[in-house]
Amino acid sequence: MSTLNAGFLSVCLAFLPLTITAAQAKETQSQSRIQEVVSPGGITAWLVEERSIPIVSFNVEFEGGSMLDPEGKEGIAGFAAALIEEGAGDMDSQEWAAALEELSSSISFGTGRDSFSVGMSSLSENVEPTFALMHTALTAPHFDAVSIERVREQLLSNLRSAENDPGSIASKRWYGDMFGKESRLGRSSTQEIVKAFTRDDILEVYAKMPARGAMTIGVVGDINAATLGPLLDKTFGDLSEGEPLNKSPVKTRENGGVVVIEEDVPQSTVMFGHSSILRKDPDFIPAYVMNYVLGGGGLTSRLTDEVREKNGLAYSVYSYLNPIEYAGLYMGGVATQNSRVGKSLELIKQEWARMAEGGLTAEELDGAKRYLTGAWALRFDSNAKIARFLVSAQSADLPIDYIDTRNDLVDAVTLDDISRVAKRLLRPDDLFIVVVGKPENLKSADSLEAAMAE
Amino acid sequence: MKFRTIRWAVAGLVASILPATAEPKISDFTLDNGMRAVVIEDHRAPVVTHMVWYKVGSADEPAGKTGIAHFLEHLMFKGTDTIPSGRFSKIVAENGGQDNAFTSRDYTAYFQRIASDRLGLVMEMEADRMRNLVIADDEVISERDVVLEERNSRTDSSPSAKFREQYSAALYLNHAYGDPVIGWRSELAQLNRQDALDFYERFYAPNNATLVVAGDVTPEEVQALAEEHYGPIESVDLELAVRGQEPPHIAARRLVMSDPRVSQASFSRTYLAPSYVTGEGNEAEALSLLSDILSGGTTRRLPKMLTIDTDLAIYAGAYYSGMSRDSGEFGFYGGPKGETTLTELEGAIDWMIADLLENGITEEELARAKKKAIASEVFSYDSQTSMAQSYGAALTIGLSLERLENWREILESVTVEDVMNAARKVFVPERSVTGWLMKKEKGVKG
Repeated sequence: MSTLNAGFLSVCLAFLPLTITAAQAKETQSQSRIQEVVSPGGITAWLVEERSIPIVSFNVEFEGGSMLDPEGKEGIAGFAAALIEEGAGDMDSQEWAAALEELSSSISFGTGRDSFSVGMSSLSENVEPTFALMHTALTAPHFDAVSIERVREQLLSNLRSAENDPGSIASKRWYGDMFGKESRLGRSSTQEIVKAFTRDDILEVYAKMPARGAMTIGVVGDINAATLGPLLDKTFGDLSEGEPLNKSPVKTRENGGVVVIEEDVPQSTVMFGHSSILRKDPDFIPAYVMNYVLGGGGLTSRLTDEVREKNGLAYSVYSYLNPIEYAGLYMGGVATQNSRVGKSLELIKQEWARMAEGGLTAEELDGAKRYLTGAWALRFDSNAKIARFLVSAQSADLPIDYIDTRNDLVDAVTLDDISRVAKRLLRPDDLFIVVVGKPENLKSADSLEAAMAE
Repeated sequence: MKFRTIRWAVAGLVASILPATAEPKISDFTLDNGMRAVVIEDHRAPVVTHMVWYKVGSADEPAGKTGIAHFLEHLMFKGTDTIPSGRFSKIVAENGGQDNAFTSRDYTAYFQRIASDRLGLVMEMEADRMRNLVIADDEVISERDVVLEERNSRTDSSPSAKFREQYSAALYLNHAYGDPVIGWRSELAQLNRQDALDFYERFYAPNNATLVVAGDVTPEEVQALAEEHYGPIESVDLELAVRGQEPPHIAARRLVMSDPRVSQASFSRTYLAPSYVTGEGNEAEALSLLSDILSGGTTRRLPKMLTIDTDLAIYAGAYYSGMSRDSGEFGFYGGPKGETTLTELEGAIDWMIADLLENGITEEELARAKKKAIASEVFSYDSQTSMAQSYGAALTIGLSLERLENWREILESVTVEDVMNAARKVFVPERSVTGWLMKKEKGVKG
């Protein structure tokens, strides 16, 4: 009772190039609507007007984030961000929450490794008062003693949970060794550090967090440039310009090795990787295409084929490029039962080496391009997703027409590009591997081979 | 096959915050073979979410075969006579699409997100694997290892996940909602090819499935493609699983577990509750509003009293889970702070429940909860994938489109008395489980 005929695959594939072109043409129409808005006061934002739903999605990101934590005060920027909604202006935390609820709006604050970000969503008719609340929060947070103690207890509880979470344990050790104690990227927060945070520490770091000079803004929804511009001035106009950040590259660990951290769990959680390239490197796009085949794409990658599909060793195995602001990383992860960790790692290292030596086949490159160019539109099917993209694109210094030109960059990648990039980036012997669990026949050592030796 | 366009009912309070233009256009039709379809139009981007929902989940598994619904979901990515093993997801990817699937207690769903001009392709493939799955013996063994690893990741490496599993088992005395969706390890480890094929043959059929398509499509296009691809599949005589019935609950249950890998002690209490399907009138909506009154943000009763006005808890809240074919659940939870004991935290939550039953809720509390529920509905229109998921889940558990269409009117109709009647019905100690999860100090026995 098959509903397919024998020619199904070849017929569909034969039509593919034509339909891809059609899909891209339509996408271009819909996406080149990004406008650069410059407010009367000189604040720049990228805007996509989308009138079909009466809502506005807004994101702003300030460079810095955790990188602003002074040595010995790791986690303080995140602590400050968490405290903003605990009271600002003439509102305490309850009044702040009630004011947002009255408007049916939400505003959230958070820090990442190198940014402090604020997200907002609002019904379009309430955009103006919602921006006013954001302005109050950014410019007049209380950081009162009661809230500091309450949030400190939550943070300590989170830290205690992380101490028992295999993924957090692995990540802390991996980044710690990769960047070392001299960089903020290699240092992490502890309960002792959090217990010692003072209000003055918070005020000192927060003074640098929302800086006009380090700001990128993305807006999507039921709002136009004429309305948005003055609101940007009212909300961000009185922020300080801020000081330029030190963005010099950070030194990374360059030698491979295995670190085993014993935890009483049936499955080992593994994090692996080595240094790589920055986002602005001209090889980034070819590297991205290559990684899609190596370990980037769901059920379709080489790592998944070898580790999961052929050998049933893991539910999830993956690799990814992690170009943080100050250093590029090529990373990956796998979780597998304690008796089979060594076998999984051998297969992963083999695939790393096979790609470094042989690159991709023409068929694989073609498949990767088809996926990456076709799936590009999937990133832009909601206002919230587009708003986040507008911010990350500006943070990465991408041009405003990047949505339209990016697929051409992917299509231009050749097999030679892949071979060159694979040789340059993939260094199987330099993989630094952290294993959390009770792996059998695997111990800490300077190389995977030594770690697996009897 | 009649066409019907549903318009959301907009009345009263709603009209003031929601312009008519915001409503998604929703239509439905049914194929001659019994397969139901819903189309949710969203023309903002040239993409589509295509989902097929089977009305079969872990609660329909035969005795001794827990985990088979989810295991079969994994095996569905193998092959058919026309799609070679392992090619399904690769073909989707080569067409710029993403695919995945998920299994729950009441349903199993498969979906792709892809350019809207490829809808026919993914329908053709999804229709093919509805009846033509081919699985080899060696694939079964290695995929079972994969699922065992998934169980390790989800459950066996986490004391709180292992506790939740036991906790659910205690909440249900006889119904399969008490079994974990991924399956008990001892049974999962023995599932075989024939188990999967038996389950597949029995439940995977057009008259046991709902098609949901959301995105840049018209209902006419979707219907034509559905007739072409799903239409020719013959319906089967469905023999639905007989599910266990809960006997009257006459004894409250308590579970206590301690583990050295627990860092934050936690309290939980769950009551069996009516679901959107089993509830009478607006009972489910009343319980949903009650959960917001108790826990929807820091201004609400539990977080305010336990984390802001007092120092008893690091976190505290309540939830209502009602999107199920059989029983729903109403739960409370909290993590004690500093010197607070679990006994004290439990006492405080019990006091709040008693106070609620004694003194009721205010009109103002109810109005705030209603307003919030309606606004969050508007924001949910932004994601075509979550719209598709909401409709798929609601229809598959047995709600009618009319019921969804009237959601707002029903919500509006809830009175303070409705909420209190529902609360009195649900918060009966005998119908509950209480759980304490604690840290066991390393090196201390017992």
